[in-house]
Amino acid sequence: MVRYILKRFFMMILTIWIIATLTFVLMNAIPGSPFNEERTSNEAVQENLERHFNLDEPPIVQYFIYLKSIATLDFGPSIKKPNSTVNDLLGRGFPISAELGIIAILVALLSGIVLGVLAALRHNGIIDYLAMTIAVLGISIPNFVLATLLIQQLAVNGGFFPVATWQSPMHMVLPTLALATGPMAIIARLTRSSMLEVLTQDYIKMARAKGLAPYKVVIKHALKNALMPVVTILGTLLAGILTGTFVIEKIFAIPGMGKYFVESINQRDYPVIMGTTVFYSAFLVFALFLVDIAYGLLDPRIKLHKEEGN
Amino acid sequence: MKKILEVNDLHVTFSTYGGEIKAVRGVDFELHEGETLAIVGESGCGKSVTANSIMRLIPSPAGKIANGEIIFKGNDLAKESDKNMRKIRGVDISMIFQDPMTALNPTLTIGNQLTEGLRQHKNVSRKKAEQKALEMLDLVGIPNPEERLKQYPHQFSGGMRQRIVIAIALICEPDLLIADEPTTALDVTIQAQILELFETIQEETNVAIILITHDLGVVAKAADRIAVMYAGKIIESGTKYEVFYEPQHPYTQGLLNSIPRLDQKGEKLEPIDGTPPDLFSPPVGCPFTARCPHAMFVCEKVYPLRHEPSETHYADCWLYDERVHTPNLMNKKEETT
Repeated sequence: MVRYILKRFFMMILTIWIIATLTFVLMNAIPGSPFNEERTSNEAVQENLERHFNLDEPPIVQYFIYLKSIATLDFGPSIKKPNSTVNDLLGRGFPISAELGIIAILVALLSGIVLGVLAALRHNGIIDYLAMTIAVLGISIPNFVLATLLIQQLAVNGGFFPVATWQSPMHMVLPTLALATGPMAIIARLTRSSMLEVLTQDYIKMARAKGLAPYKVVIKHALKNALMPVVTILGTLLAGILTGTFVIEKIFAIPGMGKYFVESINQRDYPVIMGTTVFYSAFLVFALFLVDIAYGLLDPRIKLHKEEGN
Repeated sequence: MKKILEVNDLHVTFSTYGGEIKAVRGVDFELHEGETLAIVGESGCGKSVTANSIMRLIPSPAGKIANGEIIFKGNDLAKESDKNMRKIRGVDISMIFQDPMTALNPTLTIGNQLTEGLRQHKNVSRKKAEQKALEMLDLVGIPNPEERLKQYPHQFSGGMRQRIVIAIALICEPDLLIADEPTTALDVTIQAQILELFETIQEETNVAIILITHDLGVVAKAADRIAVMYAGKIIESGTKYEVFYEPQHPYTQGLLNSIPRLDQKGEKLEPIDGTPPDLFSPPVGCPFTARCPHAMFVCEKVYPLRHEPSETHYADCWLYDERVHTPNLMNKKEETT
């Protein structure tokens, strides 16, 4: 197990390094610089600024300065927001984004699994059709459309929820709904189909032949086996939720990380681009690692270490 | 010997898009304590459906017990509520499945799967349940039971898994054990071991066993009585010796002729030609008529009267009727058509 984790950790570092390098190359490939639009500054000021941010160095030197900043986890000051460092921005934005993301993924998982299980148990019944209609709608409506629709119907017309921002639990309802619906739909469909398959297995019949209560048969015997495919796509879904937060945060004016991420690219705020990208990728890579660990917990046949393998 | 199970005129149907399949069409049999009844027949003859009906585990809403009684210890299981059935399943009647590779849940430990039934029904402590589980593993012949309890199904071989399935079935000390092709998925040496295990268990617990199989070798070794099923009916029933040595029904004779024998060198096996009838619209007469070498005119018109050569032996066949010699009525089918 320890060897497996060490190996994975090394792979994670490698992945992040590749992402960081690609980001650096792309960043340098975008035309323009952070100071282009500022017409007021004269050339001397601009040169000073560039020197201050090491932008006068050749790209290869910049690259190593950049790698060093990743290694030390200190991304330096933001170019566009001179009063805060990149770490400040991350520290401010991440908790909000994480809150939104975690609530959304929990809502998606819980409602998706419940919906999928109900649909499977009432196969070809009304609940099944209802659940699958919700699922198809959820998959086909993009989250930004859903977000605007929710704002218009439930906030502006209905007045049930605040229109935007992130303050009280009431503020969280609409963004969470908008963000969670897509993943929920995917989870529901997947849970349903894999539940349907598992329910025909001999060990389910065996569990019923033992005279177990129906809920025990479903939850203990069927669901645990049916969740494997859900865990498999959890990694992808996390990535989806992550990118979803960019859009949702923008629509609901939530001061999370996504805002800084998008702004930094538009403004060529190099340190912030690097900081947020590396942070996001590290987060995602770590989440995928957790998903792999979860496999082993759910299914004892999957071994994470080679020593016992055959 | 006390009678523990009596099945009377059991009818089971499945409704499908294509119509209603009459899978079991009037089955009667009874079973006594400590007795082994083998139900034999080819695939699709309704033997598994019969077994599942006793457990009330036929897939609903498609399948249902259309008619008949299943009297178990005085109660009619066919009319029992689902809730009461759950108290009977696993406690009074247990079941063993065909394929031990799929009958155990791959994500739960053996110990968990062994004890959960006990804990559900008998309300015993975890410790006591585990104690009982160890005893059961010992009974079915699994070495190192303490260690094995913590392991998962994939860490066992096929034969071992079937032993565990048997242990699970027996842990609540049932009065009736239904074994649905318990040895079909195992290789021959393991088959023999499992059958011997059944014998040992029966001696120790006096459990009654319904053994469902299409393997006459298994029947010869394990059964006391035999019921031969064909197209949803029991067409012949008797003690093992009666059915093996004096088969009455042409179908039973055909089955016995199609087994290879070591003592008759070089003879060709005689398969039974043709296929069983369509159970969407089963024939009114004897269902075996189309494949029967002795088929007569009457066979396809009227279901045969019961022929009873002994108190324990019967066969549903016209061949033994006195009127068979009456001209015209009982002509050989080929001659009349």
